[in-house]
Amino acid sequence: MQSGPLNWLAQLAAVTRFGLMSLPQRRGSVAATVFGIAGVVLVLVGVLSIASGFRRALVASGAPDAAIVLRSGADSEMVSGLSREDTRLIAEAPGVARNAQGALASAELFVIINLPKRSTGTDANVPLRGVEAAALRVRDHVALVAGRTFEWGRNEVLVGVGAAREFAGLEVGNTIRVGRESWPIVGIFAANGGVAESEIWTDAKVLQGAYNRGDSFQSVYARLVSPGAFRDFKDALTANPQLNVKVVRQADYYADQSETVSRLITTLGVMIAGLMAVGAVFGALNTMYSSVAARTREIATLRALGFGRGAIVVALMLESTLLAVGGGSAGGALAYVAFNNFHAATMNWQSFSQVAFAFAVTPHLLVQGVIWATGIGLVGGLFPALRAARLPIASALREL
Amino acid sequence: MKYAHLIWGNLLRKKLRTSLTLLSILVAFILFGLLCAIKQALVGAVGLAGADRLIVRHKVSIIQLLPENYQARMLRLPGVELAVHQTWFGGIYQDPRNFFMQCPVVPVEYMAMFPEFILPPEQLQAWLATRTGAIVGRNTAQRFGWKIGDKIPIMSPIWGRRTWEFDLVGIFDGRDKGTDTTAMFFRYDYFDEVRQTQNFGKGLVGWYTIRVKDPARAAEVARLVDQEFENSPAETKTEPEGAFVQAWANQIGNIALIVAGILGAVFFTILLVTGSTMSQAVRERIGELGVLKAIGFSNGQVLGLVLAESCLLSLLGGGLGLGLAWLFIARGDPTGGLLPLFYFRGQDLFTGAGLAVALGLATGAFPALQATRLRVADALRRM
Repeated sequence: MQSGPLNWLAQLAAVTRFGLMSLPQRRGSVAATVFGIAGVVLVLVGVLSIASGFRRALVASGAPDAAIVLRSGADSEMVSGLSREDTRLIAEAPGVARNAQGALASAELFVIINLPKRSTGTDANVPLRGVEAAALRVRDHVALVAGRTFEWGRNEVLVGVGAAREFAGLEVGNTIRVGRESWPIVGIFAANGGVAESEIWTDAKVLQGAYNRGDSFQSVYARLVSPGAFRDFKDALTANPQLNVKVVRQADYYADQSETVSRLITTLGVMIAGLMAVGAVFGALNTMYSSVAARTREIATLRALGFGRGAIVVALMLESTLLAVGGGSAGGALAYVAFNNFHAATMNWQSFSQVAFAFAVTPHLLVQGVIWATGIGLVGGLFPALRAARLPIASALREL
Repeated sequence: MKYAHLIWGNLLRKKLRTSLTLLSILVAFILFGLLCAIKQALVGAVGLAGADRLIVRHKVSIIQLLPENYQARMLRLPGVELAVHQTWFGGIYQDPRNFFMQCPVVPVEYMAMFPEFILPPEQLQAWLATRTGAIVGRNTAQRFGWKIGDKIPIMSPIWGRRTWEFDLVGIFDGRDKGTDTTAMFFRYDYFDEVRQTQNFGKGLVGWYTIRVKDPARAAEVARLVDQEFENSPAETKTEPEGAFVQAWANQIGNIALIVAGILGAVFFTILLVTGSTMSQAVRERIGELGVLKAIGFSNGQVLGLVLAESCLLSLLGGGLGLGLAWLFIARGDPTGGLLPLFYFRGQDLFTGAGLAVALGLATGAFPALQATRLRVADALRRM
């Protein structure tokens, strides 16, 4: 028999083909392994898609050339406070973009109201935001999807699509009661999947009156002339002795808010899937050991014919990896079908309010799932393959 | 039990296969234990809520404050035994990530309302004698290594935008295993005095807890409280503590459903792996089973042998797995402060044991039935 890489490849192909052709005879244990690995990937991708969906909702909210100004020391709007004078100084700061109506800066109020969550029927903290006219310009992709926008100076509200989906009674034409005031819902807006979609918006002035806030605000959202203008804007505000504020890029502000929740979910998800993967490795080992045991004579015959140990090891590992990748892909596909775009709402602890988001099964997660599956397949195939290669040819041939 | 030797021998026939199956069952039960603890950490407080306690909060949302004088008005209502208030302080200790709750409270009445917080009497006396005194739960004291006598600086972005310094005069323990001992309490009189100087929030408190005289009439008392404050600038919403905590847990999401989903996937997978191993083991042994039947074993005995084998395997794996999970969980919160109530309940252990038996029966049932249906002549031919 000639030697060389081509011959080795031919051997490899032959052994692999034998293995794959014998799969139907071992369908019980093969199916168990494939389903086992599919289960691992399903749980891994499913749980991590919650974290990536939550992060995506928050990251989608921050444009690179937008900034948010809070009182210094506040890490969320909830605990921040700014006077009318503060907001005027902020709007006039260098770096703020302007159009015909003036500076693109919206001084805003942020409070929460109780509304029942559709999925559970129990009260949840829904954010109610008072905005100024520039609010639509300082955020990207805010668009009306139903009804009309509220009239300034009236008790009317716009509801984000996420809020309308997750909380009961938020349809156009309905009225929300907050304290002794009634707020008719006049429209629904979308914001590219961002957190604003979880909010209810109204005129900041009206909200100040309803909440006895005088002429105070909690934050200023500003659009800058360019992402690079942030430095100047921030320096001008922090250097101003009349102000005591904290200036952050919107993108950083939201990335920071997503951290706690996504860290918790990712830690738990990886821990659970990691344990499942260990279990699946045992299942894969079982299958491959029995695959080797069933083919003892076959393998010994091949070895007697001059097939190399290397080809046999690689072929067996290939077999187990192919099974694993098959299972992993099935698990990933199932996760995609079951969880991608699954709508939910959870608590954002920093803002003390609900964020509606959609689970996101990203390509990155699917690749991660297949990598895990490959790892399980390789480990599950390695030891049985080594055992097969070490079989003493003479005695193995005698085995029945 | 006279066949114990036979069952054991069968399990040991393929040691490698048995140990691999055992290990995958073990992993499934470690996961079961961990998921139970996670669920407990997230929604466990619901079961510990006092049946005789009501929570009164502002109708619009819990961030709206209520007047302090509501306390006296509530105490005058029939059926109300005690009413105490709490206020969200929202302070930060060193880093926002070191989150734990702080509340100004009126010490004696507050401790009377919550008998699950156990504070030694001399520490309560010290608290009453120290205006700037604070007490903290065991969990948080251990987390930051605080001792009685320490000065604790807490920066509050809400109240005064400054750092408050408290003297730690007491550390309380939880009466029950699941009692949350992460909170810190300090004196309301001190709090109110300092915030007066800032002209913000004076005479306002966060929410109230009421104890009713008769838990059976809790709903009626809740209605009375809400009626009392109807049409005032601060209307209230009153509900049993359990419902309040449940709604709070629901704000995070439907955790019970997620945990059940994951466990379903895990056990379905393990069922497949173990089931296929058991059928393989039985298939290999068809000849022997034929011999057993030929020498007079009844169908019932053969069935029992196979089921006993699968149950033994699953109980061994399950027992070891639950034990390992218990050891891991006993080390406490694995996330560093995000899940303070991470622990294993006794009843979850029983559920786990039940699951192990069910898994053994389910995986053994199909091969066992196959074994009983064997015809002796056919089986012997397969030797």
